[in-house]
Amino acid sequence: MSTIPATGRTEADRRSSARKRPSLWRQSLRRLMKNKLAVSGLVFLAFMFLICFLGPLFSPYADNKINTTIMNHAPYAKHWLGTDLLGRDVLTRLLQAGRISLTVGITSMLLSVFIGSLLGAIAGYYRGVVDQVILRFADLLLTVPNLPILFIFGALLSEWKVPTEYRMYMVMLMLSFVGWPGLARLIRGQMLSLREREFMQAATVLGLRDRRKLVHHLLPNLFPLIIVVATLNIGGAILSESVLSFFGLGVMPPTPTWGNMIDAANTIIDFEKHPWLWIPPGVSIFLTVIAINIFGDGLRDVLDPKQKK
Amino acid sequence: MPNVIEVDNLSTLFETEEGTVKAVDGVSFRVREGETVCIVGESGCGKSVTAMSIMGLVEGTSGKVTGDRVGFGDRDLLRIDRNELRTIRGHEIAMIFQEPMTSLNPVLTIGEQLMEPPREHLRMSRKAARQQAIKLIERVGIPRAEQIFASYPHELSGGMLQRIMIAMAISCGPKLLIADEPTTALDVTIQAQILDMLRELKEETGMSILLITHDLGVVAEMADYVIVMYSGKIVEEGEVSELFAHPRHPYTQGLLRSKPILGQRLERLYSIPGQVPDPLSLTPSCYFHDRCAHCLDICTRREPELKTLEGGQKVACWLYETAEVEARG
Repeated sequence: MSTIPATGRTEADRRSSARKRPSLWRQSLRRLMKNKLAVSGLVFLAFMFLICFLGPLFSPYADNKINTTIMNHAPYAKHWLGTDLLGRDVLTRLLQAGRISLTVGITSMLLSVFIGSLLGAIAGYYRGVVDQVILRFADLLLTVPNLPILFIFGALLSEWKVPTEYRMYMVMLMLSFVGWPGLARLIRGQMLSLREREFMQAATVLGLRDRRKLVHHLLPNLFPLIIVVATLNIGGAILSESVLSFFGLGVMPPTPTWGNMIDAANTIIDFEKHPWLWIPPGVSIFLTVIAINIFGDGLRDVLDPKQKK
Repeated sequence: MPNVIEVDNLSTLFETEEGTVKAVDGVSFRVREGETVCIVGESGCGKSVTAMSIMGLVEGTSGKVTGDRVGFGDRDLLRIDRNELRTIRGHEIAMIFQEPMTSLNPVLTIGEQLMEPPREHLRMSRKAARQQAIKLIERVGIPRAEQIFASYPHELSGGMLQRIMIAMAISCGPKLLIADEPTTALDVTIQAQILDMLRELKEETGMSILLITHDLGVVAEMADYVIVMYSGKIVEEGEVSELFAHPRHPYTQGLLRSKPILGQRLERLYSIPGQVPDPLSLTPSCYFHDRCAHCLDICTRREPELKTLEGGQKVACWLYETAEVEARG
């Protein structure tokens, strides 16, 4: 290879080389791609999303179509995963349930991450009274285990006779309500250490506004942490939703979720004689949550190497 | 020439568990337009705290700044509200730090950070700020400005980062640049380049520089006026040539003696015996008395005041107040 004479380069050349520099994100992406386990988790999740959101469109049994002539039928050519008590196609319901479970998981994650990082960042940045108020409230929620709180909310929803179609949204709100304190604490801790860093003093000396320091200087430093926690949170939210729905306190049938599909099969007869009713949703929950956790761990290794172990 | 900044009787106290530490103790000085003033002293003498107090950076720590006045134009930086102080910082007074490696945000590109002050203070458009940033990168002597503009801090060396810090500091055309040990973390050749550049920029823009250092070589090269601090107090100050030629205070004399001389090989460099006194147990005395070869009786009992000698040099030492000393025994 010959060396390129510096004088031979045009302005346009230099501009394009300036653009081509790999950004921090691209470097992280490249490192992530080297982690086989994380990539397999990601591939599985992508597959799950695709079939859950697109699959039902191709199903001839959409919209909970009831067919009483083939109740509780074992899997066969026309119904790959058999039919349930009302003769509905289990595969179609499984995919529709996945749509709901994933949506609930992601939406409640987004909401709890938004609340958690906002409150955590404010608490860590301003400290003092604001910090104390936010922190004590977070502690209050953290001292009580999440499930009892969720059960109480679920029971209240049933008591108030919230229409079934709104219950999904209420479940999202409930999950994000119990989900934010952990993240808020993490973000606050990071914030406390970041705000003392020298570059923040430099930003102060440059006369930047608080909001600019918070949003433009500190938040990007928190992104790796937020992304990792957010990813892992989706798994937790899907699990909580399943548990709630299993106990009949989450999303109500006929809207299918993986949790209430298992719940629908919780008699000894279904358990022994109709395993196609509960194995598919169980396996779906298991694999999806595992895939999310594997992917989340991979992300953590790439974005936040300090947190390893 | 008019004064850019006038510091009157500035004191900074830190509350610690063992008691109150007076990090800066009644310091007064001024920086004139286009002048370079150096504050020298060893570690812990309060030189950095002085700079931080002027910039209002002590607020929010356990420290407290008191003082008569820090005059900047017709404003008093000690009694100005937070928002107005913010509009002065980075705009009219800029500051650079010792560690360029940690003074830039690691997740933002050089360009983004370089565009911030002009966009904030001068309300420059993104495009104009970008053009100015590229020009500034070239001005501080870094080639391939376009490429550097898009780089992250970790891709640059310490010397380059300090140049970037200087570019940021001068981006809004400040009247005063406070440089807190700007070359301490850099190697010697880079040090010289950075100092040359600072001097050139000063000539070009007419700004004043308040340079904080412990390096007498830097002082000799840069300063117009020198202030020597010891234990939070000014012990001697004067024009640079005068002070180097005739150091009056025993501490200044010691400092100058401990400087290596080019071409002279010594077994051991001279060092001032003893150590800096514990700031928690200071009694009214000359704080240098237990390390001083010329210590008098009065030195252990009373603080000397900063007195102007003929020729304009100022010194706080009982040796130069012999008449008074004899009178009081």
